[in-house]
Amino acid sequence: MSLPTSSYALQRRLKSWPLAFRRLLFYALLLLGALTFLMPFLYMVSTSLKGVREMHTMNLIPREPTLDHFKAVFTQIPIGRAMLNSFFVYGLQTASVLVFSSIVGYALARLKFFGREFIFNIILLTMMIPGQLLLIPLYILIVQFGWADSYQALIVPGMVSAFGIFLFRQNFKTIPQELIDAAHVDGATELQILFRIVWPLSLPSLITVGIFTFMGGWNDFLWPSIVNRELGVQTLTQMVTLYGIGGQAGGQTGAVMASSLLAVVPMVIVYLVFQRYYLEGIASTGVKG
Amino acid sequence: MTGIGRGRGARGAAGGGPDQRQLAAAQRDTGRSNPVGYLFTLPYLVFFAVFTAYPLGFAIYLTFHNWNIVRPDRPFVGLRNFERLFSDELFWRALYNTVIFLAVHIPLQIAVALLLAVVLNQRIVARGFFRVSFFLPYVTSGAIISLIWLRLYADDGLLNQVLVQLGLGKVGWLSDPRVAMPSIAIMATWKNVGYYLMIFLASLQAIPAQLYEEAHLNGATQWQRFRYITFPLLNPAFILVVVLSTIGGFSLFVEPFVMTAGGPLDSTLSLVLYLYQQAFQFLRMGYAAAIGLVLAVLIFLVTFVQRRYLEKEVGY
Repeated sequence: MSLPTSSYALQRRLKSWPLAFRRLLFYALLLLGALTFLMPFLYMVSTSLKGVREMHTMNLIPREPTLDHFKAVFTQIPIGRAMLNSFFVYGLQTASVLVFSSIVGYALARLKFFGREFIFNIILLTMMIPGQLLLIPLYILIVQFGWADSYQALIVPGMVSAFGIFLFRQNFKTIPQELIDAAHVDGATELQILFRIVWPLSLPSLITVGIFTFMGGWNDFLWPSIVNRELGVQTLTQMVTLYGIGGQAGGQTGAVMASSLLAVVPMVIVYLVFQRYYLEGIASTGVKG
Repeated sequence: MTGIGRGRGARGAAGGGPDQRQLAAAQRDTGRSNPVGYLFTLPYLVFFAVFTAYPLGFAIYLTFHNWNIVRPDRPFVGLRNFERLFSDELFWRALYNTVIFLAVHIPLQIAVALLLAVVLNQRIVARGFFRVSFFLPYVTSGAIISLIWLRLYADDGLLNQVLVQLGLGKVGWLSDPRVAMPSIAIMATWKNVGYYLMIFLASLQAIPAQLYEEAHLNGATQWQRFRYITFPLLNPAFILVVVLSTIGGFSLFVEPFVMTAGGPLDSTLSLVLYLYQQAFQFLRMGYAAAIGLVLAVLIFLVTFVQRRYLEKEVGY
């Protein structure tokens, strides 16, 4: 960074090359970069389809593709159940976060009451508490509630999100007061205003909070592995990870990669569908924060 | 780890009070407290009391007690958990490992994320494809990523196969105690760079084009424009990336849990992994809570110092 002269010289030398060649070099390097990021995924897909005999070859496209590894996964672990568990648990949690966080966000943005700023400051403070500090007491709480090995253990501690409240508050502040006043005149209650007027106008922030909540839950391993050990209530990420590191897979690389693929695909689909909301979510927390 | 929602300071967050119209409307409402406000925040307050405030208090209570969760007795031990912690070689080892991780992770993260952000900020062919490639690891679970890289890093894995083909020697990615932690740091960078790249990209796009035009008219070279306009204006994004990477480093758990179980020779034992082992393998709840508290204080102190030293006022 502190060598502007040499970088300048390099730039001049590069400039003396033909434009077409420079562009070719640029895209070749960029493609190499992209491949670095895609390679582990390609390896996963390729390995999950390779037969035992070509497992240790380097070719990316299997010569004799087989679904044996997927069949093995489905017979060895209840992975279908785990997938349903993940969809159910984190779907419910996401719905709860959207409803409760937006109700609180609406109150903080739109209703005037004593102590409002105090509550908002508490919410900002809770966002700064590292999760590791609460890990053990939360686990003990779950045990005391008798919730170990249950869906509640996964859903309830994440039913409200401070991040969601924060984002909703910022967004709900920008909605024109005339719309809300008009609804008041028509006799709408605050809840009706929130769900019929504010929600439709805040779809991007709802989607942003929704995907980050769902993704955060789906990809988590630590919390489910602490509170839920029974197979019947395990999440997909948890079960696949335990399958991969435990003895069950018996060192079958193909089967582990096949189960990994099943755990990864739903998140990739969600990402491809909602791409631009990820950007918005990161930009809105990152730059303004 | 979602990454998002962590480490965001209160700075500027409370931004802009209610505007004039809202104030007028509120005054019309006789200026009294709206009871619906309490009703609407009640669910959060209950949730906060049960799942944040109480556990926080209990965590601190636990640090002064010994408890194995199975039996009801919890003898008070005063500061003994902390005394033991500060003379615990494994704790210091885990802290040292975290420093190694951060020393590799942060510079690499910033260099790669900034480079890719500058590239993606230009008009290039197939930008969508490149953006998706760089971001894909971020939306994937760290646990699954670790399962994949465990195989790539294996002694006869893909990386060593490539090295052998190139006529180079094998590397003990996860088996050499000196290499194992840097290997995990490289993988973590690969996983998260998409997120940090987006932070840089959003800041780059917020820089007014006018600044560059004026500099160009005044004869500034491309490098000078980057050095004196882009770089200083990226300061807030820069701090955010450093702080969030640091928090991520202190929170390191699933990667060593899946790939190395803390080995070889404790070279990848992270603080959270140590906490996990103490709590859930040895059932030392008080000791584990003490690790958690020290960890939280460390995160707070380190990120505070980082903000303090990196923050620069920039105005144009």
